[in-house]
Amino acid sequence: MIHLEVIERVFQVGDEWVHALRQVSLHVARGEYLSIMGPSGSGKSTLLNIIGLLDRPDKGSYRLEDRDITDLSDRQQAALRRHKIGFIFQFFHLIPRLTAAENVELPLTLAGIVPAERKQRVAVALERLGLADRARHRPDQLSGGQRQRVAIARATIMRPALVLADEPTGNLDRASGQDVIDTIEALNGEGITVVMVTHDPELGRRTRRQVQMMDGRIVQDTGAAHDTR
Amino acid sequence: MFLRDAVTLSLQAVFSHRLRSFLTALGIAVGIAAVVLLTSLGEGIHRYVLSEFTQFGTNLIGITPGRATTTGFSGGVISNVRPLTIADAMALERLPRVIATVPVVQGNAAVKYGSRSRRTFVFGVGPAVPVVWRMEVSQGRFLPADDPRVARPFVVLGSKVKDELFGSENPLGRAIRIGGEQFRVLGVMTSKGQLLGFDLDDAVFIPAGRALALFNRDSLMQIDLLFAEGSNSEEVARRVRQLLIERHGDEDVTIVTQDQMLEVLGSVLNILTLAVGALGGISLLVGGVGILTIMTIAVHERTGEIGLLRALGADRRQILALFIGEAVVLASLGGIAGLAIGTGGAWLLGVLVPALPTYTPWRYVVAAELLAATIGLLAGVLPARHAARLDPVEALRAE
Repeated sequence: MIHLEVIERVFQVGDEWVHALRQVSLHVARGEYLSIMGPSGSGKSTLLNIIGLLDRPDKGSYRLEDRDITDLSDRQQAALRRHKIGFIFQFFHLIPRLTAAENVELPLTLAGIVPAERKQRVAVALERLGLADRARHRPDQLSGGQRQRVAIARATIMRPALVLADEPTGNLDRASGQDVIDTIEALNGEGITVVMVTHDPELGRRTRRQVQMMDGRIVQDTGAAHDTR
Repeated sequence: MFLRDAVTLSLQAVFSHRLRSFLTALGIAVGIAAVVLLTSLGEGIHRYVLSEFTQFGTNLIGITPGRATTTGFSGGVISNVRPLTIADAMALERLPRVIATVPVVQGNAAVKYGSRSRRTFVFGVGPAVPVVWRMEVSQGRFLPADDPRVARPFVVLGSKVKDELFGSENPLGRAIRIGGEQFRVLGVMTSKGQLLGFDLDDAVFIPAGRALALFNRDSLMQIDLLFAEGSNSEEVARRVRQLLIERHGDEDVTIVTQDQMLEVLGSVLNILTLAVGALGGISLLVGGVGILTIMTIAVHERTGEIGLLRALGADRRQILALFIGEAVVLASLGGIAGLAIGTGGAWLLGVLVPALPTYTPWRYVVAAELLAATIGLLAGVLPARHAARLDPVEALRAE
């Protein structure tokens, strides 16, 4: 599903060039559950952003679901993000003035789906994540765990093939974190590919495949062998 | 994304900062109110002045001696301007579609009755004044249709002159002296009020031939001509010119039709309305700068949100549209409030100060609201472009 070939990414910070990714190749099959680990600055977030089409590699090629997306325009990339990819962030990134339901509805609104269908899909998604009674609450009226579950509902409302999670439990207490991980693993159980960045080794051990990064390189990959789509 | 959803999202953003949005919209509201109020005043004055001028009727042509165009020779070298005579006025009256003409001589003289004396305007005119100038006689009658060249010495008084000289006494049939000559009072005009500081009530009307003699002139100052309703003023003016060229041997008069005059006057007054509207526009501009400021702050504050929207699949154009939409919504809300204040203010002014004419045409109201939306659009473009160009990764990191 994900095919990254010799990806390079270089940033300029001040007048220094930072090599965020060096010669990174990674293949992820459909339905995999994979964690990317490494110390901060090892390039794991950059890798996730490139997979999520938020960032472009300077060199190398990227194919997502057999489609070469290295040269896509902004609009085409946005459309792919909209339909194929769901994001879960460490700091939830909920819009504070919107209710939980409105936050979950946002991707559907951006995609131009008619209001009646939106309402129905949002209700189903919230119900599934046990948030039905929180639909009209604003983010500041929700606990951290509830907020992250709203964010998960939002990430999956478009039924994406791929969910990218950047430290999804990094801002949560243990119990809520466990809750969120269970939810993410349930998604994976339904066949959604999950790529998760974390520096919590315990969390990393739960995933079936672990990728270890250091200084912009993949230094260890427990499941590199198996293939492809 | 549907337009309705974009508007809803914009409204939610605007209402999430109530006080801030209120103050920003207030800036636009004050600007729009000023524009509406000032253009209402300008338009009111426009209408007032035009109605003052058209009270003499609109099917009028004025003929004055001398050409208004400049030619190569100085007028002093060969003056071929012939006097405009009462005979000319009589000839013009016989043209087709012409209803009546009034020869006009105007001067200033002392009018005496008994021991009272008053300097006043003296109009030498013809019997057709009530028709051509739309004036009415309140007492007695107007000058009779004598042969204008040898008209009898009758006079018709303006209402103010009558009051000053006769008080409550009945002036009809009395003899008064104008510039040393004796005239018999035949009637009194209805009060017509002032026109641009010119008091028609403070005047007396005598036959034109008598006035020429009184002021020792051989030429009329003007001939006013009334033509039939529904005639083409250009056509009538052309016939008048032709006839006068035949009679004078050359084109030595200036012919001004009332529509030409109104056209000139109207365009002058339009510029006045535009000018006062532009004054209000300055405050509108300030309101626009307020929106620009607030939108710049909003984009900065919501950088994380922009990153999120990008991650959720919004492309640059959608981000651009959302922020421009927000600025337009803000400006339009301010605009609507401003319209309410402006039209309400104009109405209140009309009620409190009836002498001050105000008039608010609907097309101005619509134009003002569109203007407000346009200002929002323009003020929103820069911040929105900044928002659309943000790097999603950087933007997400901001929160």
